[in-house]
Amino acid sequence: MVVCIKQVPKAQELQVDPVTKTLKRVGVPSEINPPDQNALETALALRAKLGGEIVVISMGPTSFDESLERAIAMGADRAFLVSDRNLGGSDTVPTALTLTRAIEKVGDVDLILCGEETTDASTGHVGPGIAGHMDIPQITYCSSVDIADGRVRGVRMIEDGAETWEVHMPCVVTIDFGCNKPREPTLTGKIRVKRGGLITHWSAADLGLEPSQIGLKGSPTIVAKVDTVQLPSRQGKIFQEDPAIAVSLLLEALRKDRLIA
Amino acid sequence: MPRAGEGALRVPPAADALRLTACPKGFYSLRFSASGHGTMAERFDAIVVGAGPAGSAAALTLARKKFSVLLVERGRAPGAKNMFGGRIYAWPLFDLVPDWAKDCPVERLVTQERMAFLTEDASLGLALDSPKLAEGKAASFTALRPKFDAWLAKKAEEAGAMLVTGIRVDDLWREGGRVKGVTVGADDRVAADVVVIAEGATSTLVRKAGLKADLEPREVSVGVKETIELPAETIQERFSLGEKEGAAFVYAGYASLGLRGGGFLYTNKASLSLGLVISSEDLARKKLEVQDVQTKFRMHPAVQKLVKGGKLVEYSAHLVPELGRRMTPQLVGDGVLVAGDAAGFLINNGYTFRGVDLAMASGLAADEAVEAARTAGGMTAANLAAYERCLRARNVLTDLEAFARTPLFLKNERLFDIYPRLLIDLAERVYRVDGTARDRLVATVLKEANASGVSKIALLLDLLKGARSM
Repeated sequence: MVVCIKQVPKAQELQVDPVTKTLKRVGVPSEINPPDQNALETALALRAKLGGEIVVISMGPTSFDESLERAIAMGADRAFLVSDRNLGGSDTVPTALTLTRAIEKVGDVDLILCGEETTDASTGHVGPGIAGHMDIPQITYCSSVDIADGRVRGVRMIEDGAETWEVHMPCVVTIDFGCNKPREPTLTGKIRVKRGGLITHWSAADLGLEPSQIGLKGSPTIVAKVDTVQLPSRQGKIFQEDPAIAVSLLLEALRKDRLIA
Repeated sequence: MPRAGEGALRVPPAADALRLTACPKGFYSLRFSASGHGTMAERFDAIVVGAGPAGSAAALTLARKKFSVLLVERGRAPGAKNMFGGRIYAWPLFDLVPDWAKDCPVERLVTQERMAFLTEDASLGLALDSPKLAEGKAASFTALRPKFDAWLAKKAEEAGAMLVTGIRVDDLWREGGRVKGVTVGADDRVAADVVVIAEGATSTLVRKAGLKADLEPREVSVGVKETIELPAETIQERFSLGEKEGAAFVYAGYASLGLRGGGFLYTNKASLSLGLVISSEDLARKKLEVQDVQTKFRMHPAVQKLVKGGKLVEYSAHLVPELGRRMTPQLVGDGVLVAGDAAGFLINNGYTFRGVDLAMASGLAADEAVEAARTAGGMTAANLAAYERCLRARNVLTDLEAFARTPLFLKNERLFDIYPRLLIDLAERVYRVDGTARDRLVATVLKEANASGVSKIALLLDLLKGARSM
């Protein structure tokens, strides 16, 4: 099983740089993209039931090792990071291509799990992109995954209910955000990480990727502008009087503004 | 085209099935290779729980002696979940890290000792300035725990210990009364020949190991500290200190509002550590909140003079084990021993606080005990009993026993309320010249003693007890 993950700024601690108006990534606490954590948890549950090996793959700067270490401490067997200057500026097209090449290099993969989307970009493109590049089936937004008789069965969440799909392997399944509770890293897992040798770095060249296929050059889209929305200041009034009097004044004001009858 | 519906089984149309047969890999059954996961637990010669000064000292020396050591810390980093007053007496560092002075995160070397008795508006003090205070093995320095603990743990790692952070050990792994390792949750166990419990004052493992009963309120004080930022030049000017020099203040009396305990102030490089250690029992009895006592203390004119213009940047607190030798748990069991605050290794004798040095010395002693036990054939309680001998040789137990009477003496309420006031009233009277008739010194003293309401016998007995226990 392969689980694709991305390291993102911690949601509660998102900071926008006031000068560049883009998301601050340096010096801000990071985490494994939460839907990817749900994907990893899904993989761990499947392994507990059926056995197998979990390989985690990511594309990004070497700081992403922090998330790969956490994934192994949570139970993954080994991890690969594709890290290369030339990958900078990649949108979801070269990202999906890069991950695909990495998955092919790992080889013998039955099931590819991804989070439904990232919390910092929210495109949801990469999982389906991998399936497209590999020409294999995909089930997106799954809240549960099972494997029986050599087929993958996924329950797919849609607006007014759920669909159940069954596909052959290999396939890509993207996992519904929040559908399970990702487990905590274990002491045993953290020891395995410290012993080392479980994370391998690959460059773009290692995967046979040409510079024209990746980075800004290989991206059909660019981020033209990131805007922060200034919330309009709200009107407000504070009644400082004794509570009993304040209440009558409040009711009067609400009636005057025709907010209550 | 099949319609979406709850629970409807969707099967890909025939075209996909065709594509599948053309799929190069062509597998239809699940091939799950044997997972790399062994069912054998990880194993070390020693596991040290807690990367504070005691734990890191034990891990450092054990690793140096070529034991395989796992040092487990529940905080995100060593020191993240720790704080103290505080000052560190450096003598164990000379054994532990002989070149400690090179890169140890020392805030200031203490060259000034100050003691003050307070009433609401007055203070009476003792001041010692001496270069001998910072000389050789007598040296002590103010420090900030996140920096110091991280430094010491790093030394342990450099010596070969494996440091794992962000994991809280739930329980000891026991089999037939012997400790075999530690457990974190149901399936997460790591084995070891010996476990060193260095968890700190609130250690749960010491209880779970059956070495100590639950903590009682009378056994602990609450220590609180405000870190107040002040530029280094201001500190140096205000306290008359050189660039690397520091001052250590101890306050008695009004500082703790008459509750048993005392205040402290330490100068760091560019901040002051101001705080109190107060009996939990007294706080509960007088229904006072410790942060209110701290605020009143900070507002005392003698303290305001020193902290004014500073910016309060941090508020932290810690339990302080108070009864010294009388509350030390059993120190060893089969496959386990206890070090540092978890063993109650702390001395508060009214004019000095010692904890970190005792913790580090106990870490050194723990290593000696483990080595002796290995030579003797195994980590049994009998073999590990060498620990007590080693603690004694390093003067940890000896000092704790010498001051064993102090905690009880300090429980004498008159010390915190009446005597400071008596001393200050006396001094105020002695220094007062206002044209009224003056008594000679002895008469003045006796008049004050009478006015304070303390009988002469009680006063004499207190003086004797005080002298014996210090």
